[in-house]
Amino acid sequence: MPSVMLKKNAEGKLVFYVPKKDLEEVAESVEFDSPEKWGGEVLLSDGSKYYFEPINAQPDFPVTLRAKRLDSGE
Amino acid sequence: MAALTREETEALIQEVLEVYPEQARKDRAKHLAVNDQSLEKSNKCITSNRKSQPGVMTIRGCAYAGSKGVVWGPIKDMIHISHGPVGCGQYSRAGRRNYYVGTTGVNTFGTMNFTSDFQEKDIVFGGDKKLAKIMLEIEELFPLHKGISIQSECPIGLIGDDIEAVAKKANKEIGKPVVPVRCEGFRGVSQSLGHHIANDAIRDWVLENRDGDESFPTTPYDVAVIGDYNIGGDAWASRTLLEEMGLRVVAQWSGDGTIAEMEKTPKVKLNLIHCYRSMNYIARHMEEKYKIPWIEYNFFGPTKIAESLRKIAALFDETIQAGAERVIAKYQAEYDAVIAKYKPRLQGKRVMLYVGGLRPRHVIGAYEDLGMEVVGTGYEFGHNDDYDRTIKEMGNATLIYDDVTGYEFEEFVKKVQPDLIGSGIKEKYIFQKMGIPFRQMHSWDYSGPYHGYDGFAIFARDMDMTLNNPCWKQVKVPWKTDESTKVAVAASA
Repeated sequence: MPSVMLKKNAEGKLVFYVPKKDLEEVAESVEFDSPEKWGGEVLLSDGSKYYFEPINAQPDFPVTLRAKRLDSGE
Repeated sequence: MAALTREETEALIQEVLEVYPEQARKDRAKHLAVNDQSLEKSNKCITSNRKSQPGVMTIRGCAYAGSKGVVWGPIKDMIHISHGPVGCGQYSRAGRRNYYVGTTGVNTFGTMNFTSDFQEKDIVFGGDKKLAKIMLEIEELFPLHKGISIQSECPIGLIGDDIEAVAKKANKEIGKPVVPVRCEGFRGVSQSLGHHIANDAIRDWVLENRDGDESFPTTPYDVAVIGDYNIGGDAWASRTLLEEMGLRVVAQWSGDGTIAEMEKTPKVKLNLIHCYRSMNYIARHMEEKYKIPWIEYNFFGPTKIAESLRKIAALFDETIQAGAERVIAKYQAEYDAVIAKYKPRLQGKRVMLYVGGLRPRHVIGAYEDLGMEVVGTGYEFGHNDDYDRTIKEMGNATLIYDDVTGYEFEEFVKKVQPDLIGSGIKEKYIFQKMGIPFRQMHSWDYSGPYHGYDGFAIFARDMDMTLNNPCWKQVKVPWKTDESTKVAVAASA
């Protein structure tokens, strides 16, 4: 369950940063990404997958959230 | 000597690794790589931020060095107590040349060493009482100090002193910030964790001090310079450029910085990060908590300076963008003259670097502006994200080494035969005795500043002065030079 710092980059894409692992990746897709619901599975550009408990609003980026690691992509 | 091809570089790494026992070889192999610009991510080719192998000569420092020496030390109006035995503070005192303005011992304390000088009895009975007394003494002897930080040395963590409690009590008694920093040297694998711990201490004990206090008048052009330690005056050379383009520099972290500046930083509009490795933590925290965006910039060499000034200006309005162009145009004649003077003398020379924090990638642009080529680079304590940023800066098939050992570095140098090496003081005399020009790139070899346009002129002069120094022709004994062997051969024939 790593803490992940999420922010939007200049192109409006989600940037994923895990301080403990020095992992800095752009998210390719977010399962639920609408004003009413946000979260679910997030696929990163290096192929790894993380899961966020869906919430009922867009988080106010940048923000730190807990994620579950699903697939390391290796 | 011509540049090595990819195969030759790989063979060189294998050759160097051969002397290690199997286990060590396997581990060290992960830290040495041939640069491949096509890679997006460094973790495909190099491993970093791992514990050094026992038995090798590493060049790394400790967490205390990262906190006291790098992040906290330069904050000039605070007193930083090296809490523990006297050596850690005394042997690192004033070595980093973080310049500052002020009267030392009266209102600034940068080059002084304050220590609790632990004795056996303090280890046995605990040092908390001594620490409390020291702080009252400091308040009496140096009433103009603006705060105290307690920089833990190894024994503090080992004997379990409660410095946080002492700090809180002292804070009430003297009415100034007292910051306990848990940066015992044994934490982590290098000074890098010390930077992180120091950043976290600033976050927890300093940054919130002025939350809710709106008395500080702000402007839309407020910025903070973060991760510039004013080595030889670097931060000043950077600051003038930013101010000339119309920005207002509210805080310098932490070279020539004060605690008041740090407390005001949450009010700025943009954080400018120079040393990403040591201060990205606090920038990310401010981004999340105060919604202050941050960008990295690079003030080494005119190409990178112009690039950075434009990148910074793009985040502001037209007046600042015009200001950036004005600054670049203003200094153009100056840096063109520097290049015209030194490039012919330095063209085509090859450089190997091995430094810390930001320089292994940031100075590459400055060398390229002088027509030089960086053929090998590496970080003492970099992480993956540093190497991600380095891959694109370096040429293809160049060497990259992480936490290089004394042996590996020497062997690489023998094979690559660079014209100049930039590294630290511990490496300096080894390579000079090998007859290779050397610059100490941690504190600019007692020179500087190297940042900004003013710094570039000094950088170019220093590189020329070192590389083209006539002394290098005298390194070989007369009977072993090419000419004398020719004469000897002729005489024997």
